[in-house]
Amino acid sequence: MASEGGHGPLTSGEYIQHHLQNLQVCKDQAGEWVWNACAGNPLALNVDSMAWSVFLGLVFILLFRSAAKKSSAGKPSKFQAAVEIIVEFVDGSVKDTFHGKSRLIAPLGLTIFVWVFLMNVMDLVPVDWIPLFAGWIGIPYMKVVPSTDVNITFGMSIAVFFLIIFYTIKNKGITGFVAELTLHPIAPPTKGAGLIAAPFMIAFNFILESVALIAKPVSLSLRLFGNMFAGELIFILIAIMFSGGLILGVGGGLLHVLWAIFHVLIITLQAFIFMMLTIVYLSLASESH
Amino acid sequence: MDINLTLIGQSIAMLVFVWFCMKFIWPPIIEAIEERQKQIEDGLAAADRGQEKLVQAQAEADELVEEARHQATTILDQANARANEIVADGKADGAKERERQLAAATAEIEQESNRAREELRGQVSAVALAGAEKILNREIDAKTHDDILGKLAQEL
Repeated sequence: MASEGGHGPLTSGEYIQHHLQNLQVCKDQAGEWVWNACAGNPLALNVDSMAWSVFLGLVFILLFRSAAKKSSAGKPSKFQAAVEIIVEFVDGSVKDTFHGKSRLIAPLGLTIFVWVFLMNVMDLVPVDWIPLFAGWIGIPYMKVVPSTDVNITFGMSIAVFFLIIFYTIKNKGITGFVAELTLHPIAPPTKGAGLIAAPFMIAFNFILESVALIAKPVSLSLRLFGNMFAGELIFILIAIMFSGGLILGVGGGLLHVLWAIFHVLIITLQAFIFMMLTIVYLSLASESH
Repeated sequence: MDINLTLIGQSIAMLVFVWFCMKFIWPPIIEAIEERQKQIEDGLAAADRGQEKLVQAQAEADELVEEARHQATTILDQANARANEIVADGKADGAKERERQLAAATAEIEQESNRAREELRGQVSAVALAGAEKILNREIDAKTHDDILGKLAQEL
């Protein structure tokens, strides 16, 4: 077990706590910037999650931009071919689901897939490496897997949520959007004696459809967060075994390898699911059914 | 685990990245892929066409060779026929020439023999006349018996 930040030996509980703590900055009541004393402050910023997330996003942008610059119809380089495999994979997924024409959905899917994948991949870096290094240069907390931060996953799913609403209104109009919220799944009667019941039906539909609408971003983000957080926690628990003597250490090493191999699957799968559901939601918003 | 400003920061970062991807990454890559797909498709089609043309050319070539062979046979036959004709003509000419020469030779021989006979006849008549002159001497006047001697010489 690494002892970081000059705290001396840690207990297992403290070790886990330490690993789950974000590097935070916020203004306190006196208006001063303070680090890591922001519990419950809604205006705090998780500097580590934000920085890693933007850094990984830039990695994606720069890698793919360099491939895009060099792309031509001629013989592709190996790197270009690799990028094109990913692009074609996303393009295929989009075309399977969405039959309309949209300039946004496919690039959105690509960004989400690669970005979420890169964020998840940080989970495979041994849990102590980067925090230990950060400790040496004086940074007390460092959570390196952005997708284990609920703010990050919610941030993305809420962006998707607004895109869903924007595209619904753009393609079906305000009335279409309202109608979708109120006239499904029970169509209210438009004439006759049943007209009295119509407001209740509309209210019922509205509640049901609102919940369905809001459930989309919530489930999207919580699924990714839950998977990655659980995976990270298991890596941390396995890392605790390394300090438990030779036998536990060797067993821990073995477990770590097994879990990492299994986690490769989860990482890719979660990135794919996030992308796929985003595509599905946005195609539902763009298509009239 | 608290919800805080990070959420909004992440949303903004995501929209920026998605916008960048939509503007500068996706279009050139997908364009290149689609263009290459088209090129490959065209190339395959061209290869198919080439194959077809090859087969066609092969058939044409076979046909030409067949025709040439046929023509060669015809020419050969014609040449043979002509050769036979020439030989036959030659034979006929030869035969005619031979006959002509034979006739000429025969005529000459006959002429010669006639001339020799005439000469011989003259000489015989002269000898006979001289013999008779010697035998009969005066009794026979050459002038009075000339017509008899002439008749005799005619009969020889």
